[in-house]
This record gives sequence, structure tokens and C-alpha cells, in this order.
Amino acid sequence: MSRWSAGLRQMRRYPSAVAGMAIIVFLVGVAIYTVIALPYAQALDAWRGGDQWRMHPANASPVWTDRIAGGNAPPTITVARDDDATETETFEGGQRLRLPLAFDYDYDGFPTELTVFLRAEGMERPAFVRATWLRPDGEEIALGGHRISDGDRLSISQDTALEDRLGAVPHIGLFSAEPGARPPEVLPGRYELVLDAIVFDEDARLDADLVAYGRVHGLAGTDHQRRDLSVALLWGTPIALAFGLLAAVGTTVTTLIIAAIGVWYGRWVDAIIQRLTEVTMILPILPVLVMVGTLYSTSIWLMLGVVILLGIFSASIKMYRAMLLPIRESPYIEAARAYGASNIRIVMRYMIPRILPVLIPTFVTLIPTYVFLEASLAVLGLGDPVLPTWGKVLNDAQSEGALYNGYYYWVVSPAILLMLTGLGFALFGFALDRIFNPRLRSR
Amino acid sequence: MAEMTGQDRAGERAPAPRGWLRDAQLVGAFVLRRVFALMVTVLIGVYLTIVVANMGGQVDELREIQIRSDVSEAVRADPEIPAEERGEMVERRVQMERERLNLDQPFILRSVDYLRRAMLLDLGRAEQMHSDLGSRQVYAIITERLPATILLFGTANMLVFFASIFAALGLSRRYGSLTDRTVIGLAPSSAAPGWFYGIFLILVFAFIVPILPAGGMVAVPPPESPWAYALSVMRHMVLPVAAMFISSIFISIYSWRTFFLIHSSEDYVEMARAKGLPSGMIERRYILRPTLPPIITSFLLMLIGLWSGAIILEQVFNWPGLGTLLFQAIGHRDTPVIIGGVVIFAYLLALTVFLLDFLYAILDPRVRVGFEGGER
Repeated sequence: MSRWSAGLRQMRRYPSAVAGMAIIVFLVGVAIYTVIALPYAQALDAWRGGDQWRMHPANASPVWTDRIAGGNAPPTITVARDDDATETETFEGGQRLRLPLAFDYDYDGFPTELTVFLRAEGMERPAFVRATWLRPDGEEIALGGHRISDGDRLSISQDTALEDRLGAVPHIGLFSAEPGARPPEVLPGRYELVLDAIVFDEDARLDADLVAYGRVHGLAGTDHQRRDLSVALLWGTPIALAFGLLAAVGTTVTTLIIAAIGVWYGRWVDAIIQRLTEVTMILPILPVLVMVGTLYSTSIWLMLGVVILLGIFSASIKMYRAMLLPIRESPYIEAARAYGASNIRIVMRYMIPRILPVLIPTFVTLIPTYVFLEASLAVLGLGDPVLPTWGKVLNDAQSEGALYNGYYYWVVSPAILLMLTGLGFALFGFALDRIFNPRLRSR
Repeated sequence: MAEMTGQDRAGERAPAPRGWLRDAQLVGAFVLRRVFALMVTVLIGVYLTIVVANMGGQVDELREIQIRSDVSEAVRADPEIPAEERGEMVERRVQMERERLNLDQPFILRSVDYLRRAMLLDLGRAEQMHSDLGSRQVYAIITERLPATILLFGTANMLVFFASIFAALGLSRRYGSLTDRTVIGLAPSSAAPGWFYGIFLILVFAFIVPILPAGGMVAVPPPESPWAYALSVMRHMVLPVAAMFISSIFISIYSWRTFFLIHSSEDYVEMARAKGLPSGMIERRYILRPTLPPIITSFLLMLIGLWSGAIILEQVFNWPGLGTLLFQAIGHRDTPVIIGGVVIFAYLLALTVFLLDFLYAILDPRVRVGFEGGER
């Protein structure tokens, strides 16, 4: 045991080990925070996408990248019904409502979309809504009338008649300082959307949310399905760590035990293990995973199982074997036999512990390999169908042509997290290698 | 050259008449043994693949569909058969075909048949994909893509191999210098696979500073003259080769540097130094020569790793090789192509192992003098 604590003490002398350890601690911290703050079921549900993201912009970049570059791109502005400003006028069999939705707009770009979400409760007949756009320069633009049933939306951006009238896409035309200017410029100031509604029910309530979709969103931005990328980036951490750790444990421990058994029993046991190793050496891991993924399922647990199965008889068996062969002949093993230790006891208690120090650095450097393997599968489109992972973000980005469209954040942020994981474990593992392998240390 | 030095050494130990003929015989016997062992290995590997692929009855289903489509095509093409009898006719013929192809036999027997076909590279017909020449044979589709993969990976591997050996030799001479420590510090960068660096390289050199193509193998349309064509291919190769190079160069330099350091402290190297031999000769004869077999083994392991990484790297760079093919096959859910791809990859890996075994036989003097311990 003192050997281990001595090793740990030595670790402090290697800056790379400290750096690697810091990265690993950070990642583990993120993973624990994620699992607590955003429960599994909730994350899965969020990542499934759909209507819950309707208030989010599509393909918005992170806020901080824009601000660092000195930009002032608009975030998403949501204006809900303000009860104080709402004027209600009841008449026989219904009510007349006036909902002003006002907001300040002072950004260097146009919104990407303009939509009004309407929620009408307790109505038997559809309400009638007339919308008017009030600009800071006093101009009034009529946006037409609409018949509203329960839970409807006014997609102002897709109003082609309005587009023809403005001479530009509505979300640009409505915010332009000078209509028809090339390129269009934003008119800063206070905008107001007034909804004049007639509801055919005295007790009914009409709620409205105006959403001016921005060009930047949150810490991580959003993807083409309006999903907040931070969900996948955060949840990718525990998944990547768990997959890497389980696969590394599964392959190294079983490989070591099998190598030790082969060396101890020798003869035909050893021969079979050797031949099986040669067979798995020619089985290409990734194509086999691709085959299993296409033919059966792409569940991450099945993939993990196949990775471990293929990893058991990997080439490292030969390496362990070479290390274990001299150990088999050493006097302390003979002593153990003399006192009557069973075969299993010799293998588990006397042979394996001897080469554990060599194994630990390999084990640590193996973790990122499997993290990247999982990402590789996801990039190939064989990621787990429901889990949000870094690889799946990369895959989405690639299939949506993120680089061609200039959405660099979409590729760079999962890539940086992957790199960080790889680097953390590799730095730590390499330092461990130097500490635990005296052969290298003596140099 | 290698033959000569080996012979000299064998001659020093025990003068053997007609040395090269006996050497050739021993090497030949060794190679034959290895070929046989590898064939058996491939056989088992491919058989396992078939069993895995057919666990859900996939292969059977595929063959059934192929038979059915062939038969109904034949029946429809025959104007003699009246329309109302066609359905029944198809059923009857499918049944006959099934019996003829032994599809009604248990899987154990059929799997042997599948194995025979796979070993003979009779990989069946693709469901949806076809080669550029229009063939639906999986074998034709795959062989069409193979040269592109071999070109890309051959180039990158050779570059990494030679560059890292020379760099490692240089570093082991300047052990502890700033360059040495920098390279060692950079070794953890190899934790990321090539495709990962590829994404960044594309981002930087194809979009931010657009000086190189983002993907593909030649310009569109392909240049007419062969020189311009070759130049265009080379331009397209720069980024993928660079990505692979970056991802594996530092780790190979690191591992071989360590290796050379250990070997350069052997007594016989010290002895050579004491004799005052030039350092170039010490490196070639006393360090490199005895360490070559292990170097080749580790090169083999690296190659195997790279073959697997090929799939994604090619897909990221849109390189029209085996990896992209496999990726497209996933998109089409084209099972015969995927299974065929696994079989071909298995063959490629076996071929790699064989080539290196052959090199091993030539390089390792123990093989030539008939002292093959069997264990490495």
C-alpha cells in the first residue's frame, strides 16, 4: 500500500499529471452536477425535441462567442400578455380585448423569425384577432385579421402577403429603418404589437406570447430542431465517462485475468487463448460494431457489450502474457504452491497483483479511446437512439452542413469537450506510466 | 542488404555452406506455416461474423428476398404464363429454389455454405447500392473503392512509420533536450483519432483560410491530363493525411524513443561506443537492427487501429473509399454490403498481419537459422 501512496505523492511533481487530474475532476464534477440538476428522464424527454422548444430560436450561436467578437446580435425576446396593460370591454355574449405587447429592440441584427403564440381557454367559438405593428418612428402596419381557435399561432414571418407589401421578409421588413434599403438596417427603439381581439365568451381568457427569435442563445446555442445544445453537451459528459470507464474496466480486467489463466494453466488452455486472440485481431472492431448496430440495435449497452467482447481477446493479451511468463517461474509462486494454494488463488492473488502497476496507466489511457469510439459510432449515425451525446451533436452538425453554413459553434463545442476528455485522461495516464513503470523512470 | 548482413552473422556463428538457399527454404517454410495459420484464423473470423450476422435470421431473409425477386422477374418475363397463374408459379419456383439452395436445412449446415461463399469473396448482391459502373455485385462495389482507401492509408502509414522512426532515433540521441521534452509533452494529443483532427483541419484550412479542398478525391470535373489529375488527388490528400499524421505521430515517436533508449544502454552498444564506431553505424547496426522485429509488431498494431479509424476519417473527408462505402451502406441499411465490408476488412487485416510476418521472417535472423521459438 505504501507503494501506492508514494506513487501518488510523486504525482505532484509532474505538472502534466496535475493538469490531467484537474481536467478529470472538472469533468466528473460536470457529470455529477448534470445528473443531479437535469434528471435522466427529463434530459431524454428534452432531447426528443418537439413543441417544448418552440420558444427557442433555430441554429442560434452561443451568446458569449458573439459578445467576445464584439457583436451585438439579438437574443430571443419573448413578450407575454401584461394584465395591467390589457384593456377589456365586456358586451353581451362576449368581450373585446386589446393586448399591447411592447418591447425594446436595440441590437445589430434582425430577428430570425417572428411568431405570436395564442392560447385561448374556455371558448366555444373561435376568437377573432386583428394585429397591428407599431414602430418607434410612429408608423403603423396592419398585420391582418385571423380567426383563432384553441392554442394557435400567428406565423408573421411566413405571411407572404405581408412580405409582398413590405418588399422584404416580414421579420426584416418590420424592423428596417428604411424600407427597401440594401442592405437593410435596424431601426432601434420601442416596438409594439397590438392585438385587438373579439372573444365570443364572457369568461374566456386569451393569452398571447410574442416571440422575436434571436440569433444567439444561452451558453451553447441551439441546433436545427431548436433544442438547446447545452442539454446534449452536459449529458454527454456522464455518458462519455461511464462508457469509457466501463469499457476500459471490462476489457482490461477480463483480458488480464484471461492472460493470467492462460499463462498459469499453459498447454491447451494457453493455445486456445492464443488462437482466439489471433482471430479477434483480424476482426475489425468498428465494422463489426457497424454491422451489429445496423442489424440489431444501436443501444449504447449493446455496443458496450460488443466492445468488451471484442476487447477481451485483444492484442494486449500477448503483452500481458510476456510479462506474466517470467512471474510464473518466480520463487514466491513456488512457495505458494508448496503451502497448497489453489490454482485460482495463485492466479488472482499472486500473479495478477504483480502486474497491476503496469496495467493502471494503460487502463487510464484506454478510457479516452473508448470515449472516442462511442463518439465515432454516433458520428456514423449509429449513436444510441435516445441518449444525448457529444457524438450525436457532431453527427447532427455534419448532416446539417454546419461548417458550410458557418455554424462553427455546433462542431467546435462538442469537439472541445471530447478533446478535453481525451487530453485529461491521456496526460494523467502518461504521467502514471512514468511513475509506475520504473523501467522508464530509470532513464 | 539485409540479406547480406544476416548472412555475415550466421557465417560468424557457424560456417554454413550455401547459406542463402537454406535461408530461403527456412523463410519459405515459415511463411507457408504462417499463411496456413492465417487462413484458419480468417476462416474462424469470417465464420463468427456470419454467425453474428445471422443470429436474427438476417442473412436468410436476404437470400429469400433475392430468390423471390429473381424468380418473379423470370416469371414476369415469360409471356407464355397466363397472368392469373403467375402468383402460384412464383411460389412454386421459390420453393424449388429454396430446396435447391438448401435453405430448408438447419443453420449449422447452411452456415458452412455461407462460409464457403464468403471465403471465395462471393459476397452476393447489394440491395440498393451499385458500383459506379452499374454492377450490383457487392464484390464489384467493394473492389472499386479499395484503391482509394489503400492510396490514402498507405501514404499516411508510410509517412508516420518512417518519420517517427527517424525522429525517435534523433530524440534518443538528444535525450532530455527541449525538443525531446516537447515531443513527450505532445504525446497525449494522440488520444484523439484522426477524424477528430480532420474536423479542425477542415474548419481551418477549408473554411476559415480556404486554401485546400474540404473533401473528395479529385476536383470536379476531374482534370483531363494525368499530371493534373495526380496533382488534384494530391491536393485532396493533404488534409486527410495530415489529420492521420497528427493523430499518430507523437505517440509513435514517444513509444519508439523509449524503446531505443532502453536498447541503447545495452552492453553491446556501450561496447561499440567504446570501440569508437561512428554514431550512424551504431544506430543502424547496434540499435536499429536488433529492435526491428518489435518495431514491426508495433507498426502492425498501429495499422490495425488505423484500418478501423479509416471509416470515419473517410466519411469526414468524403473520400470515396471503403469507409465512406460502409457509411453509405448504413444509410441505405444495405446489409449485404455491410457484411461484405466486414469480410473485406477482415481480409485486409489478415493481409497486413501476413505482410508483416513476412518482413519479420526476413528481418529476424532466428527464423533464418531455423531457431524459431514459436513465441514472440
